[in-house]
Amino acid sequence: MDNITFLGKQLKNPLVLASGILGNNAKILERVHKAGCGLVTLKSIGPAPRDGHRNPTVIDLGGGMINAVGLPTPGYDHMDAEWQALADRDFPVNASIYGGSVAEFVKVAQFVSDQGPDFIEINISCPNSDHHGMLFGVDEKAAFAVTNAVKKVISVPLIAKLTPAAPDIGKIAKVCEDAGADAICAINTAGPGMVIDIEARTPVLAFKKGGLSGPMIKPVAVRCVYDIYRAVSIPIIGLGGVTTGEDAVEMFMAGATLVGMGSAVRYRGIHVFDLVYRELTDWLAAHHFTRDDIIGAAHNPIAGPDSTAKKSRKTP
Amino acid sequence: MIVDQKPVMLTVAEKTVHTAVYTTLFFDFAIDFRPGQFVMVWLPGIDEKPYSLSYHSPTRFGITIEAKGLFSRRAADLSPGDFVGIRGPFGNGFDIISSPHTAVVAGGCGMAPLAPLVERLHPDLFFVHGARTREFILFPDRFAANRHITTDDGSLGHKGMVTDLLAAEIRRRADQGAPPFDRVYACGPEVMMHAVFTLCDAHGIPCQVSLERYMRCGFGVCGACVCSDQVVCKDGPVFDSKQLKKMPDFNRTALLKSGHAVPLSEYVSWRCL
Ligand SMILES: Cc1cc2nc3c(=O)[nH]c(=O)nc-3n(C[C@H](O)[C@H](O)[C@H](O)COP(=O)(O)OP(=O)(O)OC[C@H]3O[C@@H](n4cnc5c(N)ncnc54)[C@H](O)[C@@H]3O)c2cc1C
Ligand SMILES: Cc1cc2nc3c(=O)[nH]c(=O)nc-3n(C[C@H](O)[C@H](O)[C@H](O)COP(=O)(O)O)c2cc1C
Ligand code: FES
Repeated sequence: MDNITFLGKQLKNPLVLASGILGNNAKILERVHKAGCGLVTLKSIGPAPRDGHRNPTVIDLGGGMINAVGLPTPGYDHMDAEWQALADRDFPVNASIYGGSVAEFVKVAQFVSDQGPDFIEINISCPNSDHHGMLFGVDEKAAFAVTNAVKKVISVPLIAKLTPAAPDIGKIAKVCEDAGADAICAINTAGPGMVIDIEARTPVLAFKKGGLSGPMIKPVAVRCVYDIYRAVSIPIIGLGGVTTGEDAVEMFMAGATLVGMGSAVRYRGIHVFDLVYRELTDWLAAHHFTRDDIIGAAHNPIAGPDSTAKKSRKTP
Repeated sequence: MIVDQKPVMLTVAEKTVHTAVYTTLFFDFAIDFRPGQFVMVWLPGIDEKPYSLSYHSPTRFGITIEAKGLFSRRAADLSPGDFVGIRGPFGNGFDIISSPHTAVVAGGCGMAPLAPLVERLHPDLFFVHGARTREFILFPDRFAANRHITTDDGSLGHKGMVTDLLAAEIRRRADQGAPPFDRVYACGPEVMMHAVFTLCDAHGIPCQVSLERYMRCGFGVCGACVCSDQVVCKDGPVFDSKQLKKMPDFNRTALLKSGHAVPLSEYVSWRCL
């Protein structure tokens, strides 16, 4: 086990479960943690009960998937049993939240912070709803306002989760850092995209458009993490299309401190965390590197064991 | 074939109306299959929901629908030639042991996933089938196997519950020194499956039951269907006694579409199987 310190908390390794993947109850989060995941994330919690969209909402396309689940949530104040179950946990938890306005984000954040998660992640990047989320992730003023307001009312470290739809994701990340974010998570789903069934002559998803995830978006995610690394000095959770240890290495080299996985659970099962962790450590050992050696390594023009000089950064 | 990615559009090849509530749609399509597995059924513009395969041959499969809500009524109204989107099969299916000392307990349309299982089990099995009234007894003439029928109102067979007959048979075998059941398979309302599980457990008989939860992806990522730490669409829908014991949410809690965890009684008011 690595025993990493991330924003003052101990994690057993640098792997993170993405929000919206299996994060519906404490028991399954515990199982994902046992299956080798260093930090598990709850499915995004919103201000009021919401059913999400009608099905189909999640379709596998082979090299990735498309989803428009539509931010279903019991609502932050209808989760007593879950908070109770999480209170006795022996693993760290990241609580993802969303709102339709700064005021809603603040209301949810304040309440959730009191439930004692290890981190709060603001989902300012969800493409699958008409009124929630994404606006905050593509507009610098809005990103600043929401991050700043949430930071003021919570007592745990704040992670801002960004969308690749931002015209300049580095700028959005910088604005979040300036507003008080302690880390950046990138990326949420790409697109939105659409899949049409040619027999039925209709989009397959009930919401018609949906976010892309899995291997097909990895190059977009790597580029985003690379851009963000150049723009900020807070740590980055690199997420999007990672399914193997080598994918994780690529994310670290782009500048990630931790690496997240979501769709990989579909392609390799819940044990993907154990598998990727082993592949990652094997790769590092074979190359005589530590994880610290490779974080941001791709930003150095000459790659190689002696030239992985790190950019100076705040200790995570 | 496995079509677990985008739905494939299939035309309804044949339709059988069993009773006022049960309809089977047949599709001429080769699909890989283990009894207990399900497919996601898409009616474009309406919704997509899980249905067990109730018939299976190398060239044809069928799903049986209990018309109860918006989606199931529309599905039951389809005619031969109409298009339906299918993804699957998903889930684990039943473990099949072929022994004369097995029992199958079906409640209502819980018969749907059990029917193709029964066709692969030893013909001497002990088979109990119950429902609210005779209208809800599915496939009354499908099997050669001797079936014991129970209805809540006594309109067909024994008046009472399926577990009455199962308990009596377990007792009879013990009293007469006959071999006990090697395994009991069950599908029906969750309270019924819980009663079967408890009864079997008290007699040391392993059982397997098929659970139902609200589903979205069907392949284990979205978390809509979690029951304790088990993912019903992927780890299940079939669970055995050992697993059920470690699932406190079994017969207690289920998630609504919003992800809200509610007591099972609140959840089942709108579910069949
Ligand atoms: C693995 C699996 C296999 C299955 N196999 C079969 C099968 O072989 N045959 C079969 O008939 N069914 C099967 N089902 C059930 C099936 O998927 C549908 O749930 C069922 O047909 C009812 O669908 P419906 O849309 O018609 O009903 P719904 O429209 O869901 O309506 C049922 C009732 O519940 C209410 N309701 C709907 N949504 C909610 C909600 N979120 N909260 C509270 N109340 C609500 C409605 O108002 C209505 O009164 C299976 C389910 C699973 C998980
Ligand atoms: C089914 C599904 C549901 C998701 N729900 C959420 C969510 O509620 N909140 C969120 O911030 N991201 C959500 N995401 C996005 C993921 O957290 C992640 O950012 C994205 O899938 C890219 O990572 P991946 O390629 O490893 O899956 C969801 C993704 C999927 C596939
Ligand atoms: S339906 Fe998505 S995890 Fe089971």
